[in-house]
Amino acid sequence: MNPDILQLVLFTIVTAATPLLIAAIGELVVERAGVLNLGVEGMMIVGAAVGFAAGYASNSILVGALAGMAAGMALSLLFALLVVGLATNQVASGLALTIFGLGVSGLAGAGFVGLKREAASHLFIPGLSDLPFVGKLIFGHDFFVYGGLGLTAAAWWFLTRTRAGLTLRAIGDNHVSAHSLGLPVRRYRVLAILFGGACAGLAGAYLSLAYTPFWTPGMTAGRGWIALALVVFSSWRPWRALAGALLFGGATTLQLHAQAAGGFRVPAQFMSALPYIVTILALIVLSVWDRRGTTAPAALGKPFVPDR
Amino acid sequence: MRKLVMAAAALAASLALGATAIAQEKLKVGFIYVGPVGDFGWSYQHDQGRLALEKKFGAKIETSYLENVPENDSERSIEQLARSGHKLIFTTSFGFMEPTLKVAKKFPDVKFEHATGFKQAPNVATYAAKFHEGRYIIGQIAGKMTKTNTVGYIVSFPIPEVIAGINAFMLGAQSVNPNLKVKIVWVNTWFDPGKEADAAKALLAQGADILVQHTDSAAAMQEAEKAGKHAFGQASDMIKFGPKAQYTSIVDDWSAYYIGRVQAALDGTWKSGDVWGGLAQDMVHMAAYTNLPDDVKKMAEETQAAIKSGKLNPFKGPILKQDGTEVVKAGENLADKDILSMNWYVKGVDDKIPQ
Repeated sequence: MNPDILQLVLFTIVTAATPLLIAAIGELVVERAGVLNLGVEGMMIVGAAVGFAAGYASNSILVGALAGMAAGMALSLLFALLVVGLATNQVASGLALTIFGLGVSGLAGAGFVGLKREAASHLFIPGLSDLPFVGKLIFGHDFFVYGGLGLTAAAWWFLTRTRAGLTLRAIGDNHVSAHSLGLPVRRYRVLAILFGGACAGLAGAYLSLAYTPFWTPGMTAGRGWIALALVVFSSWRPWRALAGALLFGGATTLQLHAQAAGGFRVPAQFMSALPYIVTILALIVLSVWDRRGTTAPAALGKPFVPDR
Repeated sequence: MRKLVMAAAALAASLALGATAIAQEKLKVGFIYVGPVGDFGWSYQHDQGRLALEKKFGAKIETSYLENVPENDSERSIEQLARSGHKLIFTTSFGFMEPTLKVAKKFPDVKFEHATGFKQAPNVATYAAKFHEGRYIIGQIAGKMTKTNTVGYIVSFPIPEVIAGINAFMLGAQSVNPNLKVKIVWVNTWFDPGKEADAAKALLAQGADILVQHTDSAAAMQEAEKAGKHAFGQASDMIKFGPKAQYTSIVDDWSAYYIGRVQAALDGTWKSGDVWGGLAQDMVHMAAYTNLPDDVKKMAEETQAAIKSGKLNPFKGPILKQDGTEVVKAGENLADKDILSMNWYVKGVDDKIPQ
């Protein structure tokens, strides 16, 4: 494989991994707080629609990205009211959120179908971005990519190195004990859910502003579900989520390039199923590996009603 | 999980439809779309046909549609439409074939129309457009315009319609340029802009200077525009996404057919059958030829006229299979049924059909 193509392949893998990573990091923090939000796909697509609309109207990527995040947060606030405020079933609420999001996004984006705008500009540092091979790969992405990496590092630091992160994990593992220690379980959970919404919205905005800079209904095409699988695959650890995103994004990209090059052929159907197969394998490996059983936050998905 | 949700969405939507089934004297016409109405491609064009119906018949009919219906879980969506009083139902994707036939058996008094399929029943008619006529034309254009002799071809699923498209493209190309090579990438989806864009990037990296697509989003067109290369649009005119890149688009136009069939249903003359229209029946249009030198434009227009008048058949003999065996003798044309069930490549296509 010649270096130019190898560079392009690696570059494409990074861009394909970015929306998965951003959405997964958000969901990871939510799940660490003990809440399962299956509405990622819905928040993501609303972020894509609103992000594109705002970006188009204001002619600014930044405004678009912020609007996408705000839209994701707005949807997640609804979810938070349901599952934290009213202690409803999280699985049902999350699925409802996805369906709701798919519908609302079509409505919000209706006036913007068939429009296009310039893609997000890419970083360019004179000297560094010109370096052969690695220049473009390391210093030539758009800011979403660096944002995703920053987010991963921040999530890792927050969860493992701060008191608030420790509290959040404690709440996710046992909300009853946390509550009896006087920790504000519901406040933490609401904030975590809002953070997850912002991340999903940003991931959606990335799709409609940078990846394929136009809006069309259904354009997330299941990436929200892959992000959910990614959280499980990563066993709720941010850096593993980064590795998983590159793996999931890389599997698809490599397979497309292999076909274009006319080399070896793996059935496309198999590659589409791969993220889920890998996730199942990861679950098996983790449960065999870790004798204590699952590494999932112990209170994940359980509704919490404060007893007094 | 995604399928589950889509199905749930479809189910929820169809329950809502059921609630509105009051005015019985109106003919209720239902549509099942595989993608979102706003895909600006395949499903969008079918919906344009639906809108044409509403405009034409006004208060005499009532139309509704379910979008984003997954092919392998479409039976309940189709059944919901049938249960909620729809008497004429258009299922607009190849993968709806078996579910449509199954539901049709349960509802003998409901008329079904299945797009691009090949199995009929007393109450199931099929209809399709000869997109391959357009693909022959774009093959000729690509044959003339390529500088690298390499064309990238993004495809969804290995169904006869798609394979016939590849073959017609190749035969068109070979008629003007025997050296043209086509690189094929199967993306295993009708609609995923991100994946289509990545496939386009991969093909451009492999030296393709023209992109052809048999998927539904405008992502590949946009990639071609960005890279300063060229592309052909699919299903609807994609010139907005590639003002410098687009040579032409193969545009589907279902309005005339839909109007005819609804009229027949209203008159009580509806009969099952199989309609396969092309350029001549206005089911297939070519978008304006752009970014082309005059001689190529003229050639394309002449080919289009010849196909339209029936003088030229894209699948005219001699046609050789990949391994060199002759399928159609010189002077003969490939039969329609062989095109509709095509599962082999013509000589010169360097790919293996996924099984």
